[in-house]
Amino acid sequence: MEIKTPVPEVPAPVWKNIKDLQEWQEHHQRRPETGDKHSAFFEQVTEGIHNFPGGFALTTVADGFFNWARKSSVWPVSFGLACCAIEMMATFASRFDVERLGMVPWASPRHSDLMIVSGTVTIKMAPMLKRIYDQMPDPKWAVSMGSCANSGGPFRNGYHVVKGVDRVIPVDVYVPGCPPPPESLLNGLLLLQDQISHFRRTGQRAEPSPKVD
Amino acid sequence: MTAERACELLGTIAGVTAGGAAPVIAQVPPEQWEAVARFTKDTLGCAFFSFCTAIDWKADGLEVVAWVDNLETNLAVQLRTKLGPGNTTCQSIVPVYRGADWMERECFDMFGVRFVGHPDPRRILLADDWKGHPLLKSYAVDTPHPPYR
Repeated sequence: MEIKTPVPEVPAPVWKNIKDLQEWQEHHQRRPETGDKHSAFFEQVTEGIHNFPGGFALTTVADGFFNWARKSSVWPVSFGLACCAIEMMATFASRFDVERLGMVPWASPRHSDLMIVSGTVTIKMAPMLKRIYDQMPDPKWAVSMGSCANSGGPFRNGYHVVKGVDRVIPVDVYVPGCPPPPESLLNGLLLLQDQISHFRRTGQRAEPSPKVD
Repeated sequence: MTAERACELLGTIAGVTAGGAAPVIAQVPPEQWEAVARFTKDTLGCAFFSFCTAIDWKADGLEVVAWVDNLETNLAVQLRTKLGPGNTTCQSIVPVYRGADWMERECFDMFGVRFVGHPDPRRILLADDWKGHPLLKSYAVDTPHPPYR
């Protein structure tokens, strides 16, 4: 009895030098230069108000108000991938209590503003992660939590791991650690709030925090 | 069933060499694979299938390893078969041990061993469109997997 091959046979890959950590820049996902998508109507109205004499004061105040509102209610989608998720749960629980920052872990990407990628992203999981991220409404942010999500971490030279979640989605804050303790994630979330307060009407964002593996 | 008696009984099968006590290691020719598995289950009473995996001996080809236990008499039997260089087909022992189903699928996933007679020979852990078999020594860990790697 002949078993049909489920996958096309490919010649066995040859050993090459394992690529350097620097190679992540090649595949790094960046946010578009033009900023986030707004509706054309919203753009027109805000441009009109901004160009009206004295209108810039209104738009600046409105920017500040919207940013205050955004950063005060960042709802992370509950998305745990690996052991980092335990630390993330601890951060959400009563001792560290990110709810005082207005963060409620929400079990629906369509109501969320933030994705905390907590753990190893495997090549099999990456399309699902991308899909959940795409389901979140703009403006949205992403925190890469832990060495695995930053660069692949200890599994970087494994066959199954995406070498950094920034190859799949654009990342705003990198939290180093293996896993990062809740204080570390809390610091990352405060950095994220700082970045959100720089979010502009045009959709321009602050630079992502420096990547630390 | 003591280990000595198990060795003795396994040695009566043509081509099988058995030795050791914990576990009893039986070197089986590949064409006897399913028959020896049935023998361990029916005659030696090893009803518990523990695991099935493979070893990549590079130029000498693959070796399939299965471990079965008789939990009543604390008898452990390790079945090994060398497939030979270039050969990736092996008889399936799913008709004997139902528990071997997923283990053989994993073995195909990681080593590319085709189990003839397996009821559902698909990949189990890796994605369906995965190319290659990662635990083979010839597999390069930096094999690209577009679009994410």
